[in-house]
Amino acid sequence: MIPRPKPERFRLRRTMIFMSAQKPGLIKDAYIYGVDSIMLDLEDAVAENQKDAARFSLYHALKTIDYGDTEVIVRINGLDTPHWQEDIRVCVAGGADGIRIAKCESAQDVKTVEAAVEAAEKEFGVEVGRTLLMAALESPKGILNAYEICAASDRMFGVAISGGDFRKCMQTKPTPDGIDMVVARGQMLIAARAAGVQCFDTVFTNLDDMAGYEAEVRQNKAMGFDGKSLINPKQIRLVHEIFAPTEKEILQAEKIVRAYREQSAAGVGVFTVDGKMIDIAFIPGAERTLKLARACGLWEGDLV
Amino acid sequence: MKNYVGRDIPDYLLINGKEVYQGKNYMDGKYIQKASPRTRRYEKPQESKIVETLADALRLCGAKSGMTFSFHHHLRDGDFVVNMVMKAAIEELGLDNLTIAATSLGAAHDPVAEYITEGKVVGIQTSGIRGKIGEVVSAGKLKTPAIVRSHGGRPRAIEGGEVHIDIAFVAAPTSDCVGNCRGIGGKSNCGSLGYAMTDAKYADHVVVVTDCLVDFPNMPASVEAIDVDAVVVVDSIGNPKKIASAAARISQNPRDLMMAENVAKVIAATPYFKEGFSFQTGVGGPSLAANLFLEKYMDERGIKMGWAIGGICGPMVEMLKKGKVGKVIDVQDFDLDAVNSINQTPNHFEMSASQYANPANKGAFVNKLDFVVLAALEIDTGFNVNVLTGSDGVLRGAPGGHPDTAAGSKCCIIVTPLIRGRMATVCEHVVTVTTPGDCVDVLVTDYGIAVNPLRPDLIECLDNAGIPHVSIESLKEKAYSLVGRPDDLQWEDKVVAILEARDGTILDVVRKIKPFTLE
Repeated sequence: MIPRPKPERFRLRRTMIFMSAQKPGLIKDAYIYGVDSIMLDLEDAVAENQKDAARFSLYHALKTIDYGDTEVIVRINGLDTPHWQEDIRVCVAGGADGIRIAKCESAQDVKTVEAAVEAAEKEFGVEVGRTLLMAALESPKGILNAYEICAASDRMFGVAISGGDFRKCMQTKPTPDGIDMVVARGQMLIAARAAGVQCFDTVFTNLDDMAGYEAEVRQNKAMGFDGKSLINPKQIRLVHEIFAPTEKEILQAEKIVRAYREQSAAGVGVFTVDGKMIDIAFIPGAERTLKLARACGLWEGDLV
Repeated sequence: MKNYVGRDIPDYLLINGKEVYQGKNYMDGKYIQKASPRTRRYEKPQESKIVETLADALRLCGAKSGMTFSFHHHLRDGDFVVNMVMKAAIEELGLDNLTIAATSLGAAHDPVAEYITEGKVVGIQTSGIRGKIGEVVSAGKLKTPAIVRSHGGRPRAIEGGEVHIDIAFVAAPTSDCVGNCRGIGGKSNCGSLGYAMTDAKYADHVVVVTDCLVDFPNMPASVEAIDVDAVVVVDSIGNPKKIASAAARISQNPRDLMMAENVAKVIAATPYFKEGFSFQTGVGGPSLAANLFLEKYMDERGIKMGWAIGGICGPMVEMLKKGKVGKVIDVQDFDLDAVNSINQTPNHFEMSASQYANPANKGAFVNKLDFVVLAALEIDTGFNVNVLTGSDGVLRGAPGGHPDTAAGSKCCIIVTPLIRGRMATVCEHVVTVTTPGDCVDVLVTDYGIAVNPLRPDLIECLDNAGIPHVSIESLKEKAYSLVGRPDDLQWEDKVVAILEARDGTILDVVRKIKPFTLE
């Protein structure tokens, strides 16, 4: 049995890769690719008559494999299926870091899952509150209720949009510029930021279209996403590269944080760095840049 | 007597000057007395050397029981020639006590296993041993221990007279009526005939077997008529589908790609990665994919590869055509892209196995090699590699050019997944040492990179480039933690195969495996 440290609600989650829990060959060492989070799937990747087998392989994977620093999340079946309660018991008993609620449409959905998780934590002697939650928004209703979903529980660390189902509901197809989902992505991002949780974009399914994939990842970064869901290890590196702060951004952030500390110690609230006005509002952003730079292995300072 | 890599070599094998392995370059500077064949004079002008059947050719060459016949493996798993010749010799001429000296033997040669069991074939000397032949030899059915040599060790042994070839058989995709042979132009094209060249020069007799007779002179010839006694035309020398695949495809397996990318990273971190560098890689998933990532680093640095050697396949030919590599020189072609390119694409040349890898000549290509990327069945914590015996101790592999390129190159990188099924690839002791650890520099696995402590310079290169690496012991422990520690194999005393180091010393022996019984 591999004891996992208590999950951190807010951590680096640039990449989150889906792996069918039914495939031991995949899940036994999915961490070797350097992904931030692994999403072991009990839902769509598992055939209806194999749900139980997948739960067994998931449980044993969680109990025997050392995933190290890689976060292990499980996507459970929807609340409209007969599977989700048993899925939750397996996740909690196995010690998964978090659960992704599929097809989440309301705060009540989150609360329903939360109650089941808490019951399972008590059942299996797991610290109450240990198991984190995230929600997948897959329908227009989910997007409209994004804020209440994000704010529904202290266990919630983030939301993700699921493009396939959402586009089906909207009767759209993927477009090169992402116009088909720009409003939904935007609304979800605003809700997530308002509620103080993280926000993740959907998968890009055409593995051969690396140019289209890169364009989407760049747009994700520009829009303010924390990370992206992936379907293949070869998609990991590009996200990490694009989400990493540039050398210039790191230097700038370092200067701002340093200058702020000096100036505020001297009683100055607003000042300039390289001709730009800086006040306290710039500090969280600069500190986040430095933390991200360190996580990406690009910076080794001790300012944050 | 224990050798340099800790293997116990029975004293009775250490006769006639045979020594145990003493570390790399041990034979450097010593002299070798070259053997010379006894060949027949063909003074009177001949219209043609074509004889009706293989049996006729054997009679013409004075075939007798107790002789050594040599073969080359360019037709790979599609080869028909070994079986045809052995059948004619044993079933038509009634010969026995024969020795087969081949550059490699595989599943295509399963019928030979029967001749071994019957005691008609009493000796096997090869660079690769697979299929049923491997099984019967491992079961102790061969009268004398098989001798396994690297692709460079074999021409060394031939040139030095340790192997005397009575009749060499050349499987030729095309030949003219007097025996000028090429690897292209017929229906069983294989490209390079590099492994047959030394045999043709050092054998007493040479028989060409072809299924495509072309007009004289068949030029440029890989094996020349001046060395050939007889030409036999048969319906088919091999199955083209199994000779060369349509095109070696670069793996899409994410694990292979990740390892390949790390191989390229390691290469790019060393001082040898500069304009004009030289390179060899295999055709296994991650080895071949390394080409792809290497090209990216070459573009970034604005440098080109000077030359590449080896068995060659499409992706390297592609780089040659794009001008990313100056010259390609090969002993063997693995796919049709390479077959169709050799001697056709400017700067794509053929070479002999001796020129490729022989440690006893004065200028083998491997000695000028900067990088080689190789696979492994097993690698142990002493960086010793096994590419010959399976985890059950049975012969099922081929040292090929592995030990030669590893020893000759400045940076030898082994790339392999940490585990295969339930088998730990990185282990405590390999079953058989085929490439000694003092020739292996870096190990790239899907669970991490390890550098041989003998190469502190490379450790520094990786550190400077920020490439994480771990000890090979920790990789071994990781492997055992995943799949468990295997029990030791149980052997009998009988030696079934002798593994020569490329310099001719004894690197390891393979013993007869004890049948497994449940206690």
